[in-house]
Amino acid sequence: MERTIYREIKATRRVWELAVVLLAFIGGMLASFFYVEHYGHIVTGMTNQIVWGLPHVFAIFLIVAASGALNVASIASVFDQKVYKPMARMSALLAMSLLIGGLAILVLDLGRADRILIAATTYNFSSIFAWNLILYTGFLGIAGAYLFVQMSNGIPYAVVRKVGLLAFVWRLALTTGTGSIFGWLVARPGYDAAIMAPLFIAMSFAFGLAIFILVTVTLCRLSGRVFGEKLIHRMGRLLAVFVAAVLYFTAVRHLTNLYTAEHAGFERFALLDGGIYTTLFWVGQVLIGGLIPLMVIFHPSFGKTFKAPLVASVLVVIGGFAQVYVIVVGGQAYPMELFPGYEFSSSFGDGAVATYSPSLPELALGLGGVAIALFAAGFGTKILRILPTSLSDANVGQD
Amino acid sequence: MKMPKLNGAEISRRDFLRSGSAVATLTLAPGVTLMAFGGSDAAAGTADAGKRWGLLIDANKCDKDCSACVTACSTENGWKDNGRPETDAQWIRKITLKNTETGRETTMPMMCQHCEEPPCVDVCPTGASFKRVDGIVLVDKHTCIGCRYCMMACPFKARSFVHEPVINQKSDAPRGQGTVESCTLCVHRVDKGGTPACVEACADAGFEAIIFGDLKDPESEISKRLATYSSAALRPDLDLNPGVRYTNL
Repeated sequence: MERTIYREIKATRRVWELAVVLLAFIGGMLASFFYVEHYGHIVTGMTNQIVWGLPHVFAIFLIVAASGALNVASIASVFDQKVYKPMARMSALLAMSLLIGGLAILVLDLGRADRILIAATTYNFSSIFAWNLILYTGFLGIAGAYLFVQMSNGIPYAVVRKVGLLAFVWRLALTTGTGSIFGWLVARPGYDAAIMAPLFIAMSFAFGLAIFILVTVTLCRLSGRVFGEKLIHRMGRLLAVFVAAVLYFTAVRHLTNLYTAEHAGFERFALLDGGIYTTLFWVGQVLIGGLIPLMVIFHPSFGKTFKAPLVASVLVVIGGFAQVYVIVVGGQAYPMELFPGYEFSSSFGDGAVATYSPSLPELALGLGGVAIALFAAGFGTKILRILPTSLSDANVGQD
Repeated sequence: MKMPKLNGAEISRRDFLRSGSAVATLTLAPGVTLMAFGGSDAAAGTADAGKRWGLLIDANKCDKDCSACVTACSTENGWKDNGRPETDAQWIRKITLKNTETGRETTMPMMCQHCEEPPCVDVCPTGASFKRVDGIVLVDKHTCIGCRYCMMACPFKARSFVHEPVINQKSDAPRGQGTVESCTLCVHRVDKGGTPACVEACADAGFEAIIFGDLKDPESEISKRLATYSSAALRPDLDLNPGVRYTNL
């Protein structure tokens, strides 16, 4: 095993082209923000029934993936898997980038984004949302410190491990907090479940690793660096474990609900006759984001190709996005049980499944957040010594 | 719950807005100079901890073709039907209820239930959602950032997000694009010894289906009725102890 050398990526034409595309998406995001700010949320598809829409799906997906992206670093320093060590810097950088992208969406979607200082200075400590603000900013600080100690000369590895452990514990708390945004909503039958927190942690492991694989391989290709075949298969197998964990927690969540009669209505909606949400659940999450990636990774012939873990990662991202959409939007679309045992209706959509059509400004906001995350990750590797000159199997070694 | 402190600057702004300049000020800078009376620190200071304001709604007396309470609330507080029911604010709405077993239909008004343990207050990250000591749950329009988490948490769908620019506001109930709002129990009237507009309108329409009063005062009409007849809180399973009660559902 050779010594790992970290170098900035070179600004080739392809890198510039990619940067321009990402900046264009960020420009679209800002245009969308000012448009919505001026005309109000009436120009979005969000309503008083679906109060959180597509921007929140993007934001929550990125925030959940952010904590998962840090796992590669945790596996290296907390669980001492040497193979992952050369990628630990990239892992911390990507985690921070994804979180910044997700938070940018959340902030720019606020009805009064100009009051962000109020959110930063006035806390209601009984709100999990307020706690999350602390968890998110803390995560950026800790991941930044983690990156710093990894990159600094002369800092003993024991210190890196300690900071890594703190980052690992913090990221578990962060995802617990994100899951609890929904888990602690007692009023809505689609939420109100403690299993949301561990489910979100499993989701973060899967989404974060999938995005890490895709971004790192892309950056290696852009900068002409080798990514080892054994390494990617090793990561693919790990991804399969995480994907299986998501399926497991999802199954437990629905089976628990199915057992109690009071949740039968919601389960029928989610699993059987919820239209787009049922389709997104079975086809999007379970099939595209769960079963097919597992089949791809463990396929006797295709599974052995370099492409297989990449294809699986893309599928996990698509399926993960569908899953978050079903949780966020589907959970609101199903009506609240104001009067159990009665049929009820009103001019405010009571007792009826809410409809939602995402609008272009919402899509622009969400894609802009993704662009911020990718741009920040690319920019980081351009100006800092984050990415190893080679991630070949000979270079990273095997445990 | 600890109440925000009263400060001089806010009193003077409130007085200023209450003066004849209010309309001009709001037009010059919409959304910037908003003051939420009743929803502000200043108004919170006038609440009496010895009281708990509440409503008792008699579904039997609620006429299915009458919506006087909704109209009165809209007129009093300045929110209106723009023909977009999915995004228009509805501080109060009529709900039609049908017993699936017997087919019996009833109607009744639904508004913020002014819970003793309001989920909207628990989840609000900035504390903009708050409960006065007299039980009235409000939104401080100065500190609401428009995150809508309170709307996710409210079991009664009582809250609306202001989706569009608002004009011609009522000085007693200013509203703000990008913030969340709901029934204030006509706090501006209550603080002057009056009753909410919906209660008055229902009585004027000859139904008297809504009674307003102090739940802590055993001699109040509302307390006496609650003590005499059976009544129900909505979503009793959540144990929120709402200030709004229903009878003859």
